[in-house]
Amino acid sequence: MIRVENVWKEYGEQVVLERISLDIADRAFVALVGPSGCGKTTFLKLLLGEEQPSEGRITLDGQPLAPEPTPERGVVFQRYSVFPHLSVLDNVLIGRDFSGSPFRGRLGRVSRRAAADEARALIAEVGLSGNEDKYPAQLSGGMQQRLALAQALIMRPRVLLLDEPFGALDPGIRADIHVLMKRLWNETDLTVVMVTHDMREAFTLATRVIAFERPRNAPADRVRYGASLSSDIAVWPPRVAGLTDPDSTPYTFASPGGDDPAQATGPRRDDPAPPLAGAKP
Amino acid sequence: MRFINLKPSRTTQLMLAVLPFALLVIAYGVGSVVRLAENPSDKLLPAFASLVDAINRMAFTADVRSGEYLFWADTLASLGRLGMALGIATAIALVFGMLVGMFPYIRALLAPFLAAISMVPPLALLPILFIALGLGETSKVTLIVIGIAPIMVRDLVLRVLDLPREQLIKAQTLGGSSWQIGIRVVLPQILPRLIDGLRLQLGSAWLFLIAAEAISADSGLGYRIFLVRRYLSMDVIFPYVAWITLLAVVANVALDLLRRRVFPWTELGKAT
Repeated sequence: MIRVENVWKEYGEQVVLERISLDIADRAFVALVGPSGCGKTTFLKLLLGEEQPSEGRITLDGQPLAPEPTPERGVVFQRYSVFPHLSVLDNVLIGRDFSGSPFRGRLGRVSRRAAADEARALIAEVGLSGNEDKYPAQLSGGMQQRLALAQALIMRPRVLLLDEPFGALDPGIRADIHVLMKRLWNETDLTVVMVTHDMREAFTLATRVIAFERPRNAPADRVRYGASLSSDIAVWPPRVAGLTDPDSTPYTFASPGGDDPAQATGPRRDDPAPPLAGAKP
Repeated sequence: MRFINLKPSRTTQLMLAVLPFALLVIAYGVGSVVRLAENPSDKLLPAFASLVDAINRMAFTADVRSGEYLFWADTLASLGRLGMALGIATAIALVFGMLVGMFPYIRALLAPFLAAISMVPPLALLPILFIALGLGETSKVTLIVIGIAPIMVRDLVLRVLDLPREQLIKAQTLGGSSWQIGIRVVLPQILPRLIDGLRLQLGSAWLFLIAAEAISADSGLGYRIFLVRRYLSMDVIFPYVAWITLLAVVANVALDLLRRRVFPWTELGKAT
């Protein structure tokens, strides 16, 4: 469980976040939403260990977070998440290379072959089979993000942090990758925290949507008052990781309420464009 | 149609590329003929025949005194100095570029120093080098290294700092140590830039080499040019200058080919 206790973040005079307290359960899928410049990404950086809170503390299973990025927290950014000088296979393998070879940073031939099998399976899992020898510049934006996911997942992180990972993708491709993301979250022992500015995406994927907002947004207040949590919505019907289809819950409704955001009438009714077999951009 | 939209075909492109070279040769030929018609013993623009004759004498006839083929001995001496200096400068650039670029502490220590050092005019140091290191090879190689290494280091530092923050964070979440990130993420991405930096510094390297050879040497392309200058031997100087230019151009193209061959991914990004 991730516990955030009364965290503040200030850059000099500027207060960015204030009074953030939050518990994130294991295997939750939390979406952080809010207007731009309200500190969502700053909060993600705190979780990542790239920045330290000015006050308060963040613990993972009771242990304070290491003050720098570690393998237990994987990350996918909107851009630049993969290494342009490595092939798809090497991009996925590099995590294994790091952990298995402290000096050369590259596994020997025999152990690398074993690791390569695992990497290939993961590449197939994210739908990139057949592209193992390509460089990232030869992949489309959606494929690069799939690669970034595979690259992060080979470390088996406890927590996966996503910083607007699908924000730059076309709607159709985004729908495809949502399906993948849901499956990965469902099948892997992962807690996911995702920053997004897309409400639809937040409610499509998450189990819980948390909004950041500046309660005092007058120009004179902007420096000394940061953003805090304004709402914390559990998505209904609840999605539970580990079920065969996290969207098909045992709940039934006498009459579909207008407020229910995602009522499962068919397979993944939410997805704007269901993936067609062989449909490619 | 606007001029900015007019594109030459491949043949036209080739012809246009050759044109300035041809014009230069023609201009020289005409000038030479005009001057020689006026004064057959004019030494300023020797006829093509005299140039060929000089090349023959320097490159394909053993020197009477030393028994050496002077042109080749000079080339070898110069390239030896240049190669050694470029090697040392490249090694310095790589080590310091990565250290300063990657580690904030080392950057705080060395970046201002490097910025100041790279402003020292190397040629002003030449007398100091000759006094301190003697007139031998060491002082010449040192001059070239001092002349080009600081700029190469600073160029690489900028390249390291240009690496997206996301990449370095990602590498850390994959468990990379500082050393591992250095050799697997940073190094491979700055090596192509190092080669480009070397290409850009080739001109300066030649400049410092010729300058050092002009002042003190007993062989080398620069030495020869400044030696025969005393006899107004333009027939030797012109071929030597052309040869130096050719060597620099070949080195430039070869380094670019090397980069494309060894780092094929550097070309991919440009296409998109």
